[in-house]
Amino acid sequence: MQPWKWYPFILLAVLGLLLPGAASSASAAEKTVVIGFTASRTGKLNVEGLRQINGVNLWIEQVNAAGGVKLADGTQVKFVAKDYDDESKKERVQELYTKLINTDKAVFLISPYSSGLTDAAAVIAQQYNKIMITVGAASDSTYKKGFTLVYQAYTPASRYLTGALDLLGIQAPAAKKVAIVHETDKFSSDVVNALKAYGESKGYQIALFEGYDSGAADFAPFINKIPADVDAVMGGGHYADTSTFAKQLFEKGAKAKMVALLVAPPEPKFAELGDAACGVIGASQWQPQAKYSPEAAKKAGLEWFGIPLADFVKNYQAKYQEEPSYHSAGGYVAGLVLEYAVKKSGSTDTAKVKEVLDEMNLLTFYGHLKFDNTPKTHGLQVGHEMVYTQWQKDQQGKLVNQVVWPEAAQTAKAILYFPR
Amino acid sequence: MRFWRQPGFWLPLAIVFLGGGAVLLWRQDTTRETVFTVLMFMALASSLNILLGYTGYVSFGHIVFFGLGGYTGFYLISEQGWSLYLAALAGGALSGLIALLVGLAVLRLRGAYFALATIGINEAARAFVSNFSPFGGATGLYVNFSAYERYGGAGQALWTTFTLLWVTTMAVLLVSFLVKNSRFGLGLQAIREDEDAAMVMGVPAPRAKTITYVISAFFPGIIGTLYFFKNGNVEPGDAFQLHMSIEMLVMVMLGGMGTVLGPMVGASAYQGLRGYLLTSPIFKNLHLAVAGLILLLIILFVPAGAVGWVRGRVPALRRVLE
Amino acid sequence: MLEQLLASLTDGLLLGFVYGVAAMGLTLIWGVMTVINLAHGPVIALGMFATYLLFTHLGINPYLALAPVALFGLLLGFLIYGAAVHRVINAPHLSSLLATFAVNMILIGVGTAIFSTSPQNIDFPLGSLKIGFLTIPVTRLLATGGALLVTAALYLFLYATRTGKAVRAVANNRRAAELMGIPSSLVLALSFGLGTMLAAVAGGLIATFFPFTILSGGPYELKSFVICVLGGLGNPLGALLGGLVLGGLEGLVPAFMPVSWVPVVEFGLFVLVLLVRPRGLLGAK
Repeated sequence: MQPWKWYPFILLAVLGLLLPGAASSASAAEKTVVIGFTASRTGKLNVEGLRQINGVNLWIEQVNAAGGVKLADGTQVKFVAKDYDDESKKERVQELYTKLINTDKAVFLISPYSSGLTDAAAVIAQQYNKIMITVGAASDSTYKKGFTLVYQAYTPASRYLTGALDLLGIQAPAAKKVAIVHETDKFSSDVVNALKAYGESKGYQIALFEGYDSGAADFAPFINKIPADVDAVMGGGHYADTSTFAKQLFEKGAKAKMVALLVAPPEPKFAELGDAACGVIGASQWQPQAKYSPEAAKKAGLEWFGIPLADFVKNYQAKYQEEPSYHSAGGYVAGLVLEYAVKKSGSTDTAKVKEVLDEMNLLTFYGHLKFDNTPKTHGLQVGHEMVYTQWQKDQQGKLVNQVVWPEAAQTAKAILYFPR
Repeated sequence: MRFWRQPGFWLPLAIVFLGGGAVLLWRQDTTRETVFTVLMFMALASSLNILLGYTGYVSFGHIVFFGLGGYTGFYLISEQGWSLYLAALAGGALSGLIALLVGLAVLRLRGAYFALATIGINEAARAFVSNFSPFGGATGLYVNFSAYERYGGAGQALWTTFTLLWVTTMAVLLVSFLVKNSRFGLGLQAIREDEDAAMVMGVPAPRAKTITYVISAFFPGIIGTLYFFKNGNVEPGDAFQLHMSIEMLVMVMLGGMGTVLGPMVGASAYQGLRGYLLTSPIFKNLHLAVAGLILLLIILFVPAGAVGWVRGRVPALRRVLE
Repeated sequence: MLEQLLASLTDGLLLGFVYGVAAMGLTLIWGVMTVINLAHGPVIALGMFATYLLFTHLGINPYLALAPVALFGLLLGFLIYGAAVHRVINAPHLSSLLATFAVNMILIGVGTAIFSTSPQNIDFPLGSLKIGFLTIPVTRLLATGGALLVTAALYLFLYATRTGKAVRAVANNRRAAELMGIPSSLVLALSFGLGTMLAAVAGGLIATFFPFTILSGGPYELKSFVICVLGGLGNPLGALLGGLVLGGLEGLVPAFMPVSWVPVVEFGLFVLVLLVRPRGLLGAK
């Protein structure tokens, strides 16, 4: 080609190099940061998954309404959430997180719901050097796998049901036999393994210790194996299977002083089981009746950050016409943690934000948050505590979820039941 | 027959060689991910074709070799610290061994009974692994992230895994071609047409079938190890998905069973379609239905598959479309 | 211990009747036309959903809803037969296996699109019956009753009606039946429809006491394979017996080992029977 024909191309090339520069200098004042995650909108985890998405979206709405977060260089950062439905399936999770990082350019990640899915996502996060805040993922084992960028906002599984045994010990000291029936996923397995060790160390006899497949519908074989003189039935897994288990326990007339199950009982939806829900104790990451506040933070010598508890409950109720459960609070807090870390570090750079997260020691409406920063269990949540709830009938015979443990947070005393 | 002179030999290998090579040169993560899935299914479908296409035995539960071999390989990497290369080969070897043992019993069955037996084996394997604690039981196995350091960090490890898969896919295609164009393969195709007649003619059917079964199981074992290594974890639910087995079948039928190029074409077409359907808002939930519809139309109207149909219509291309 | 064993056995046997009905559908189709209906699972799931929808949207008692669900199953069977099976009925087995599997994929795909995979429940608590030390949910007792009713109806149809005789004739020897003037294609379609009808009814019964998703049919389809092989492919009474055997096994095995080993035993037995006595306990067709 003759030389003069090149000129238009050279011109275009020069413009092409200059314009983005001009554009970016004009938009230096504002930036949108993508927060990527997959959500279980459908599939067997959809009840909990939807609550979690709602929490995240509420946070996004509120942080942007307040003008976003200001970085050290003056840039105002607003957040946008990009999510896909993972259908509660692991293979979808890995495909989708790869897509979120590479195609949607997510800067920060929030985990899917459930430890199983989160494990799969965490691998991708670490592979591509992105920070991931995990919620709805309590399994301890995730944090023993050498990840350095994955931070847990939930109390770990190993501390999930141990408090229920404490409660049993105080209110029914003669109780000795415990039956444990659990889902065989990472989270539930971690919970019950820790529970078994704790129970045995306190002198309890674990009369039954069996696992069921995720998605099991028939619990009769397990219920038939529970000894007739058992004192406590504990375990469960996620919402769908745990609520079916609770229902079938009731149908088969299983007798136990205490029935303490995972995930399902703290959800308001659990009351739909009617009489089968009555008396069931649940382990909860957070309840609307909790007492975390700036005053409590000052007393404990911690930094306070974020929305007051009452406001969270009110805003959530207004936006979604339902009471928030701990899954909702978890979703919100994932965003809140990122907000704090970006604000404090003044940057959206992974390394700088990581520094802040490693040293964080915060009280929020959700409770105390502090991450383990030792290499062996990096990212494990070490500050947060569980509360235990129990469905009890009030004077009108309506089912109400009360906080029954620890005693400091009690709204009612636990009723250790005989056949309901 | 100087097979290296036939265009039908070079075509499949060339396609995979160039395609994979391009990805390696371009060094883009998203392309690598997509091509990885395509290559994986090409290799799996081709392995299945070695059994299904050449002997006519329908293995519905073929994914069991992917699962068992993959689990073994992954176990060796994560618990015993073996290198990826050795572990993958060990995974393949174990799958081959299982195929040998199982095949001795199960290959005596014919037709639908064989198909059902393979499903039973897959389910039994899944239930067994769920209870087998060295393999992590129901919660499965994971690799500690620091294991990736051995391969130059996670990013590099992903590329290495891709390269290994690329090489494995070419190996499968090579083996597939060699089997088809050998005397051994001729015996297999005789079995497919009429097993009793073949035996009367002197084809040692039981031995031939068993050897074929072992070959068809070896490669999925390797591929399984690579796949789980890439994902960093494995659970019984991932490793024995009956659905993946059926998708392999669809790909073989779509492309044309009994040909070397067929499974390749089928795998690419199916993955392309699946990728499109999964991201399209209208069809997102219907990709399985669409795949089913395609399979049905093929079975009813074009049972020879794409490549088979072309070979039937255009005899001149037979040398090229092997 | 004995109490536990009896309780488990009772639970298992009650469930076994329902398994038997599901398996009868599969075995009938095999018996008449040597086709293994791999769409069996989704049809069971569709039966579950049909009952659920009739109950939640039209308020019909789930047990009464079984009648329209049965009709639905029958018509679905005609549709599947006409669309997928008819053309390949004389082709090698692989074709019909793949054709029915394709239908399976289509049904699951469309079902997932419409219903998603979130679990559903039929909320129709009927309490529990206490017989001695056994506590049996009434829903399970009624399901067993339904299963027995359906079996009796099937047998009545096959042995006391002309059409039933035609079905048995075609099962016995299709060519001969055609020579006798029996319209074999129609009879084949009817038989397929009967098979899917049984599957749908079984699904409806199961839905009254277990939660379900569109994918729930899968495990029951696998169990149906095991039962059919146990009882002998093509033998409806064998299917019922096989169902009881399987149900009994599922009830007894957990008493001696962790429940998670049950599938290993089930499928191990399955493969063993296929190898050692493929004709099953009562002999195949």
